[in-house]
Amino acid sequence: MAERNGSRNGNGAVPRGIKGSFKVKAGLAQMLKGGVIMDVVTPEHARIAQEAGACAVMALERVPADIRKEGGVARMSDPDLIRSIMEAVTIPVMAKCRIGHFVEAQILQALGIDYIDESEVLTPADEENHIDKHPFRVPFVCGCRDLGEATRRIAEGAAMIRTKGEAGTGNVVEAVRHARAVNAGIRKLQGLNHAELVHEAKLIGAPVDVLAECQRLGRLPVVNFAAGGIATPADAALMMQLGVDGVFVGSGIFKSEDPLKRAKAIVAATTYFDKPERLAEVSAGLGKAMDGLEIPAIPKEGLLAARGW
Amino acid sequence: MQGAFAEHVRALEKSGAHTRLVRTSEDLEGLDGIVLPGGESTTMTMLMERTGLLEPLRDAIAHGLATFATCAGTIVLAREVVDGMADQKGLGVLDIAVRRNGYGRQVDSFEAPLDVVGLSGKSFPGVFIRSPLVESVGSAEVIAQYDGHAVAVRQGRIVALCFHPELTGDLRLHREFVKLAAAS
Repeated sequence: MAERNGSRNGNGAVPRGIKGSFKVKAGLAQMLKGGVIMDVVTPEHARIAQEAGACAVMALERVPADIRKEGGVARMSDPDLIRSIMEAVTIPVMAKCRIGHFVEAQILQALGIDYIDESEVLTPADEENHIDKHPFRVPFVCGCRDLGEATRRIAEGAAMIRTKGEAGTGNVVEAVRHARAVNAGIRKLQGLNHAELVHEAKLIGAPVDVLAECQRLGRLPVVNFAAGGIATPADAALMMQLGVDGVFVGSGIFKSEDPLKRAKAIVAATTYFDKPERLAEVSAGLGKAMDGLEIPAIPKEGLLAARGW
Repeated sequence: MQGAFAEHVRALEKSGAHTRLVRTSEDLEGLDGIVLPGGESTTMTMLMERTGLLEPLRDAIAHGLATFATCAGTIVLAREVVDGMADQKGLGVLDIAVRRNGYGRQVDSFEAPLDVVGLSGKSFPGVFIRSPLVESVGSAEVIAQYDGHAVAVRQGRIVALCFHPELTGDLRLHREFVKLAAAS
C-alpha cells in the first residue's frame, strides 16, 4: 500500500515522499537494534518501560504468563487500551494480532500502531496461512524456530524476525534453541553452491531467493531479536552473545518483584552484553525474578511455539 | 549504545575510516570523529547518562570533535527538544529546535529524494523513519530542506541529519564526514 501524498500532520507539513516502502518498514527495526522491547498492559507500565530505557513497548491486555494461566482464546487487545498506551509514551508502540488474522492487522494499522507482531502467543486464526504482510504500510515482526520458518515469514513480508522461544515461562531454553537453529541454518549455507542451495531450500521449506540473500549476507536480511522466556539480565546478554540484534522481554519484567530496577538492568545488560563485570554489577540486588516453568511440565497442546507454519 | 550503529560502521569502513564502538567515556580517547546513530533518543541519552558518557561527550564535541548525527542522534545534539520526555536530557550543542516524531508515527515514515549542498551528482536518497522535524534553526547552516523544513544542518564540525544515509548504500555523506574528521 505504498502511497504518495500522505495525510496532513499536525504541523501543516505535507510529506510527499513514498510511504510504507519495505526500506522504511525494515528500517525502523534497524533503529531498534541493541535495544529491549517490553510487554506492557497499562499506560503506567509503558511509562516505567520508557523510563527504564526500553526502545519500544508491546501493548497487551495480558502478558503471556497470564494468557498461559488463564487459557481460552487470546485475541488482539482492546483499541482503547492500545490507544492509551500510545498516548503515554514517545517510543514506538507495537501490538499483537493473531496469526492469519489480517483484519485484526488492518485495525491495528488504522490505530496508527508502529509495528504489528503476528504472534503465536495469541490463538491462531488460520492454521495454514500467515498474513500477506506486503500490502500493509505498517511493518510486521514474526516469530520463528528455525531458518525455514524465518525465511517463509520474510517472503510473506515480515520486516523483522524474532525467535519464538516459549513465551510466559521465564525459561530461556527455547529461545536459545531457536536462535542456535537459525545460526546453524545460516552457517550451513556458506559452503553450498547454487544447486545445493535450491536443494536445501526444498528440505527446510524456504523460498530460494530469501535463502540466497541469507547466504550472501551471512545472516537474516532483516533484524532478528530474541523473545520467549527472557527473565534476567544474564538471559538478555546470553541471547545477544548468540548473535541476535536485541531482545523482547514479556512477562519477565512486570511479573518480577521490582519491575523498574529489573527493566533498567536488562537494558544495561543488552548494551554491555559482552562485559561480564558490568553484567555482574547490574544483576545484583534485583529482587525475585518471575516464577519459571520447566518446558517438559507444559502439556504438548500448551506449547505456544508450535503455533505457526 | 543502542540503534543502527552497525550500518554506520559498514558505511564508514567502506569510506576508508577505522571505527570503534563507543560505549564508555574511555572509548572516546583519540577519536577524530564520532557518529551518533539513529535509534531511540530516550534510550540513548538515558544509557549515556547512567554510564557517565553524556558530559565527556558534550565536552569533546564542544572542543571540536567532528560529529555526524542521524535522526535520534540529531535529537540528542539539539539545543531544544519539543515533545520529548518531560525530563529528556541531551547534549544541547547544536543550535536547532526539533520536534520528536514531527512527521508522524511509523505509518508516516517515508522516502524522498533530497538536494544536499556540497554533494555533486544526483539527488540524495532520503530515508525518514519516525523522523524528527526541525522547527527552527539558529546559527546552524541548513544544507538540505524538505517541504520547507531543514532536514540537514551543519554547525562548525557538526553535521546533523533527520534521515538515514546508512540505510541507503549511498556513501557520499559518510565520505564527506570522513574528510571533515581527517581535517583536524
